[in-house]
Amino acid sequence: MKNRSYLALEGISVTFPTRKGPFTALDQVDLSIEKGEFVALIGHSGCGKSTLLNVIAGLTKASRGVVFLDGEVVDRPGPDRAVIFQDHSLLPWLTVEENVRLAVDQTMKGGRAERRDWVRHNLELVHMGHALAKRPAELSGGMKQRVGIARAIAMTPRVLLMDEPFGALDALTRASLQDAVMDIQAKTNNTVVMITHDVDEAVLLADRVVMMTNGPAATIGEDLRIAMPRPRNRIEVAETREYNHARAEVLHFLHQRFSNPVDQAA
Amino acid sequence: MYSTANAVAKVSPAPEPAALEESGVVIALSPPAATLAPSKELPVRRLPRFVEAAGEAAAAVLPTIVVIAALLAIWQFACSAPGSTLPSPSRIWTESHDVIMHPLKGVTFHGIVPSVEGGDVGIAVHIVTSLRRVAIGFGLAAICGIGLGVLIGQSRLAYRALDPLFQVLRTVPPLAWLPISLAVFQQAQPSTVFLIFITAIWPVILNTAAGVQAIPPTYRNVGKVLALNPLQYFTKIMLPATVPHMFTGLRIGVGMSWLAIVAAEMVQGGTGIGFFIWDSYNSSLLTDTIVALVWIGLVGFALDRIVGWIGRRIAHQA
Repeated sequence: MKNRSYLALEGISVTFPTRKGPFTALDQVDLSIEKGEFVALIGHSGCGKSTLLNVIAGLTKASRGVVFLDGEVVDRPGPDRAVIFQDHSLLPWLTVEENVRLAVDQTMKGGRAERRDWVRHNLELVHMGHALAKRPAELSGGMKQRVGIARAIAMTPRVLLMDEPFGALDALTRASLQDAVMDIQAKTNNTVVMITHDVDEAVLLADRVVMMTNGPAATIGEDLRIAMPRPRNRIEVAETREYNHARAEVLHFLHQRFSNPVDQAA
Repeated sequence: MYSTANAVAKVSPAPEPAALEESGVVIALSPPAATLAPSKELPVRRLPRFVEAAGEAAAAVLPTIVVIAALLAIWQFACSAPGSTLPSPSRIWTESHDVIMHPLKGVTFHGIVPSVEGGDVGIAVHIVTSLRRVAIGFGLAAICGIGLGVLIGQSRLAYRALDPLFQVLRTVPPLAWLPISLAVFQQAQPSTVFLIFITAIWPVILNTAAGVQAIPPTYRNVGKVLALNPLQYFTKIMLPATVPHMFTGLRIGVGMSWLAIVAAEMVQGGTGIGFFIWDSYNSSLLTDTIVALVWIGLVGFALDRIVGWIGRRIAHQA
């Protein structure tokens, strides 16, 4: 038997049928992620990074290739791969507590009180313990996404998938949520795959930044290890050589080697 | 008249749940309630609260009252000539005084349980008869319509198979079903109930289906990631997400039921408000017919509001 990583993508290709014939979004993607690793996927819009995340989540079927999680093939969605969606996707008719509760009831055995405590514990973790009875419509964008994070980590997933989780937020809110994610990651040590198109976010949060080439038929262009010690402080690391070196490397990849396809066309 | 009512069935202006979310920030930022109350140091001269409330209520209903009064005056003026074929309001008041003032004629109360005796009954009794038929027919239409709507909203195959059929059938005017209904059921009660059912079901089906199809893909993805089983998906996500659309359909359906029941009862006689109208016309009591029209309008209005109110309550709770 082959010795696979905790999360292993082997030869993933995704082809969508379109009016003009088949469209190849992803071509032969191989990616190995170790347990507890935080991987950021970065690339220009339309490079298929969301498709790749959806394949891991089981929401999109790969045309070819296999995803292994802890040695098992995964080909359908499940709560062991929790997703934090960009638009938070909280159910507006449920309160904050009920939204998280729905996820906990699906994934956790044990008594009522135990599950309730777990829901509250996770909401405390994202500093939303004060808003249990509020509905999503009463929360700001950043607060909604905090609840989205609580819902995902409360499922104690084997892999946590984040689909541009802070893309819709303003810069200050984004920074405070990034800090919250680092804080939680230090406590839970989840295996995380995060999509982003923010270079600073990728370098600050991730252990590895995986850069994708432009679509169609996108694949992995470069895989950069960020060897900065944790905990990382956004102000302190910004002055270190590792940080700036990694940042420059990613920028070089995105803007020189694989610049934005829209600019190229212009 | 029915074809226009049918055309409305496809319209579904229900608010999207997602649209409501964006309004939330305002609430979080609004100042605490205490700052809005007048402070003690500054004596603010304000009218007593009930006077203020009464004033607001008056401002809301006064325009309507003025318009009604004006219309009545014009009507009175136009139809006061001796040979007028349309009775004037004052003539309605005098000639149909009994109908207006004794809607519960023929009803005796044993405690609070009413019982109807004799054939010559007040207008409220006819209304209740019609309402009972609507309740049964509309209730069945709501249950079957929501079920079929979920089916064709959820399954592409079912949609392709059934939607063309529904689109054709919904354009058939309710009264066109009456001969078939009478031939099959033989009696007034079941055939009118069937007529209501067949009238009200189409907007319920089509709006429910549109609501199910409009569920945002992210909610579906939440269901998938949580691995909800079909029943859980139905109760936890599909039903709450579709309630506004469903009630749009139910509201159109109850309005159309009320249109259809009057027409059906006019044709087939016996009891009910439709029969009352036909009977008064045949007895040359046009003033009674006009009183019945007012009742029908008010009851139809009330039905519409009740269904709308229930829909809002459920949407808030769900």
